[in-house]
Amino acid sequence: MSFSISLTINGEKRAIALDDPRVTLLDLLRERLHLTGAKKGCDRGQCGACTVLVDGRRINSCLTLAASLDGADITTVEGLANGDDLHPVQAAFIAHDGLQCGYCTPGQIMSAVGLIAEGHAGDDPERVRELMSGNICRCGAYKGITEAVLDAQKTLKDGKRRDAA
Amino acid sequence: MNRFEYVRPASVQEAVTAASQPGSVYLAAGTNLLDLMKLGAARPERVIDITRLPGLGEIDWRPDGSVRIGAMVRNSDLAYDERFARTFPVVAEALLSGASAQLRNAATVGGNLMQQTRCAYFQDVASACNRRAPGSGCDAREGENRLHAVLGWSESCIATHPSDFCVPLVALDAVTEVAGPNGMRDVAIDALHALPGETPERETALQPGELITALKLPSDAAAFADHARYLKVRERTSFAFAVVSAAAALRIDGGKIQSARLALGGVAAKPWRARDAEAVLENAPPTQEAFAKAAELALSEARPSGKNAFKIELARRLIVRALSLSTEGTPEAMPALPASPFATVPSANHAR
Amino acid sequence: MPVEIFPSSPEHRRHGSNAGQPLTRRDGLLKVTGKATYAADNHREGMLYAVAAVSSIARGRVKSLDVQAAKSHPGVVEVITPANRPPLAHNPNQKMPPFGFRIEVLQDDTVRYANQPIAMVVAETLEAATEGAALLNPQYETDTARTRRENGERFKPEAVGVGGPSRVAHGDIEAGFASAARVTEAEFVTPAQYHNAMEPHAVVAEWDGDRLTLDMPNQALVLSCAGYATYFGIPPENVLIRSPFIGGGFGSKAILNGPQILAILAARMLKRPVKLALPRAQMYGPVGHRGATWQKLRVGTDAGGRLTALHHHTLSATSSFDDFLEPAANASLPLYASPAILAEHEGLRLDTGTPGPMRAPGEASGSAALEVAIDEAAEACGMDPLEFRLANYAETEPGTGRPFSSKALRECYAEGAKRFGWSGRPLAARQMRDENGCLVGWGMGTAVFHCPHFPAEARATLRADGTGLLETAGVDMGQGAWTALAQIGAEALGLDPEMVELRSGVSSLPDGGIAGGSGHTASAGLALHNAGRNAIDQLVDLATADPESPLFGAGNVGVVARAGRLHRRDDEGRSESYSDILARARRTELVGDAKAAREPAAAEAHAMFSHGAVFAEVKVDPDLGQVRATRLVGAFAAGRIINPRLVRSQYYGGMIWGASFALLEEAVTDHRTGRIMNSDLAEYHVPVNADLPSLDAILIPEDDPYVNPLGVKGVGEIGITGTVGAIANAVWHATGVRARRFPIRIEDLLSDW
Repeated sequence: MSFSISLTINGEKRAIALDDPRVTLLDLLRERLHLTGAKKGCDRGQCGACTVLVDGRRINSCLTLAASLDGADITTVEGLANGDDLHPVQAAFIAHDGLQCGYCTPGQIMSAVGLIAEGHAGDDPERVRELMSGNICRCGAYKGITEAVLDAQKTLKDGKRRDAA
Repeated sequence: MNRFEYVRPASVQEAVTAASQPGSVYLAAGTNLLDLMKLGAARPERVIDITRLPGLGEIDWRPDGSVRIGAMVRNSDLAYDERFARTFPVVAEALLSGASAQLRNAATVGGNLMQQTRCAYFQDVASACNRRAPGSGCDAREGENRLHAVLGWSESCIATHPSDFCVPLVALDAVTEVAGPNGMRDVAIDALHALPGETPERETALQPGELITALKLPSDAAAFADHARYLKVRERTSFAFAVVSAAAALRIDGGKIQSARLALGGVAAKPWRARDAEAVLENAPPTQEAFAKAAELALSEARPSGKNAFKIELARRLIVRALSLSTEGTPEAMPALPASPFATVPSANHAR
Repeated sequence: MPVEIFPSSPEHRRHGSNAGQPLTRRDGLLKVTGKATYAADNHREGMLYAVAAVSSIARGRVKSLDVQAAKSHPGVVEVITPANRPPLAHNPNQKMPPFGFRIEVLQDDTVRYANQPIAMVVAETLEAATEGAALLNPQYETDTARTRRENGERFKPEAVGVGGPSRVAHGDIEAGFASAARVTEAEFVTPAQYHNAMEPHAVVAEWDGDRLTLDMPNQALVLSCAGYATYFGIPPENVLIRSPFIGGGFGSKAILNGPQILAILAARMLKRPVKLALPRAQMYGPVGHRGATWQKLRVGTDAGGRLTALHHHTLSATSSFDDFLEPAANASLPLYASPAILAEHEGLRLDTGTPGPMRAPGEASGSAALEVAIDEAAEACGMDPLEFRLANYAETEPGTGRPFSSKALRECYAEGAKRFGWSGRPLAARQMRDENGCLVGWGMGTAVFHCPHFPAEARATLRADGTGLLETAGVDMGQGAWTALAQIGAEALGLDPEMVELRSGVSSLPDGGIAGGSGHTASAGLALHNAGRNAIDQLVDLATADPESPLFGAGNVGVVARAGRLHRRDDEGRSESYSDILARARRTELVGDAKAAREPAAAEAHAMFSHGAVFAEVKVDPDLGQVRATRLVGAFAAGRIINPRLVRSQYYGGMIWGASFALLEEAVTDHRTGRIMNSDLAEYHVPVNADLPSLDAILIPEDDPYVNPLGVKGVGEIGITGTVGAIANAVWHATGVRARRFPIRIEDLLSDW
């Protein structure tokens, strides 16, 4: 069974031929499109390493059939920076050492971008910790991750305020 | 994952027709189904993708104050819907205590209602499981069953229903709207999930091809908005299934409980409505004594199915706590740690 | 290549200093942009996917496999079983020294643990390989699984851990107990734990004739080349391992394992590159774990609360066919001053995969038990737990009397207690509540970890443009090696870190040794330091011998290398840039090579340990038994700190592992089948962000002239030790319930029930 789907990935619209309906979004990105930023940690929605944005919302790409997303807009960690300019979340993760081995980092970062867009955490670190709990970091970089999310959120807010002024 | 035919119907009618063929399953977000397919615990021949069906994505408020929620509304969209969270705070709290932000962004209302047990023996295809493979036996019964059912279980199956969302829904008399080969019908949440008995493979009241199109909360459910809490004991602070959970909702007037709703999660194959406990609370003052009596009644039929006797006592205590917190009043804002015993809510009432 | 243990630059040649700075990670940019390439991110033209089928029984044999069903699945290329598995040049039932275990590579149809590979399916797509493996429908002849203490076979081990002593006795233990005013006894059970690095083990294997290229996460690059070469009958230099990024190792990626070898074999058999990435569930078996322990402690104290005897017995589980025994009892050897100490181990053979080193092997489980027992002894003596530990402070190594190379533990206790606010702690349990009515408890534990030093090699090159190149086959699995090693090397070269390039993570580079035992920064770092000094020495010789150099003849007064220039020590205004010196000498580069190892005499004469003190606050719901570790403060002394930012992260990570050990981690085995029933990340709980709201790590200064010329000790594992006990003791302080098994469960804390 072969069919074609259309996805916009990191701003680029792509027609993708699929010969197998079993392909998840994560495996499509990694094994067929060679966009390997999103990582496979559990393949069961239990670790968050595969987090990407679909139509602006953070989801686990391992538990989503690619075929089901026909027409969707996907953002992966590769699409976050603007050329050499890091997204504020990326910069904050480096500054706060919100990473160690780096394997969960693309998922953490995409989750953080999603969290900030959702806007439910405010500046409460406890809410950030709760809303980042879908992203497991076995190295234990949580303190830096929480600080990075709060810091990046502030940077983004200040930037918006500046833009508005 | 086995190979399957992927079908994307254009209407509910088309979907129902397609799914009426044997071996068919509905696919919503896939957060539960795809997982089971990867494990081999589900091996459908035909996957009917219902995520694009028209008319299933709306939250409609009716003039009488009731609400109809389309089955494809995402868990997070419902939980963060301002009017919904204000009107049914206990449902919002339950939703936000479940899974992770990513999963809540994907998972749908209908999918959450239809999620299957987390019993390790159900998920492990090398194990005997009457629910997955009728007649094969139940390896959980004498197995690692610390977290299994203490209410409503049978020798055939001791699995629990894992949903948080369904617990306040059953307490509030929520109803599903179901489309099927013979038209539309309503199925109450309390009637949707089945206890195992001798046929644990019959997990719900739905017939082949039937599709949940909406969830409806009645107008009188809104009357509990001021005194309603969901509480969930977990083995880690977040992103964990309930060891035991409880939804408590009270209508208090003149120092008396006018009406009470109480349900438990993580204790049975369905979200467990504790009607006897509700009855004893009605017209009683909201005191620890009344709550303790309600808790005793709620668990009067409970018995351990294995190494899980502690869950019975835990459930009693959780009921008392949930009722106490409900009495104090629904918090102004959603706690930072929804449904957690560590949610920072002042003056919690601790018995010990 | 000069083979020197301590290349001895004359003391008057001083080098610039830029280590000690809290630089951000050099690999941070690649990691936050998704450009860091982990093993499974690699693709090759014509690559196939391999998926292992694993056993669902723990003991017996595979009677049949439906190979035809798998092969009939579209896309499946080959099914490898014992019937068609090509030969290997090494017998997998033989150990491969120094760290190679006996492994399962389809040598026969026997099954010796659940999740053992029993076939490998290779296919054009990952989807096809996965389903092919699911279609094999194995039939077994099943023997009774032995996975419990009661049915495992006990034995007297010759060694524990990696060649550690099975029994150590100092003094007369029974005389010590006889003279005690009190004897405190306690037993503890620690469960099997699984490393669960976020990156599952993976490999992309490609053969070119008899040359093998492996993209794989690997904590022991050069050593592993020799191992693979032995298995495949090729010279070690024919194996190239690329491991630039490792998604967490924690000990599990230092040792050869069956699935990866089978994937490499499949690539050779099918003459195409093969990718294997283990599903999460398959990491609960063939790639090591922390073995379960049953520990018994006896603590004798005199009337003043001083130890008279300390007896630590451990029963350590290993597999039925190989030995790695968690050396838990040895955790009681280096810490508390007792005239008599007995640490001894027994072994228990179970039908599990062979355990292996997992972050702080032995120290973690042993410290968990010891620190609770010490707390109980303090309680029995009516003493504050910190006061008790200070009363039993070991000024020299217990038993041997050797001096410590350095030991700032007293400062760790003092600073940690101060930051935590320990002094207000009530002595008795169940005395504190928070504003919500939750029980609050404070507990502490002492942290200790040994300081190994592995032989390592490195190369440092000064280039004509004034930049430096540092090369060593080092390993960054998150501990920050890229950054710390570059800082050390840059310091030795007298260059700013941004002026040096670090090449690492590839086996063809000089052997950087093993990333394990918390010894990598010291070991590979010292090699780089020596290589850098070697290069600078050559540069100094060029300059001071050159009449045209302002440094001509400065050899006697000395030269300082700093920020890319050599300066006369007696007149720092007279200087010359590296590039000018090289240009005039018509040299395009200067290459310094070095090997490094610990000086045996220093190692003999001193006890070498990192130390720390961990203070924990927990909250426990008094009715519901749910626990949260709300505050952890650790103060650690680990010699010279190369990069405080990254070291803090290592301490945080270690402390989180400690919290995980105390409250969450446990593999749940169904003893009827020997199968682990929570082999995933939803039910095998590791901490999430919300679990640890407050962490604090204090870096206590410590100058160690003996441990190595850099003065660097290890920081990667010590954070777990002390923390488990601190949390368990805090749980007692909150509830009055003493931990007897880990993790501490909700039902353990449901009072009055």
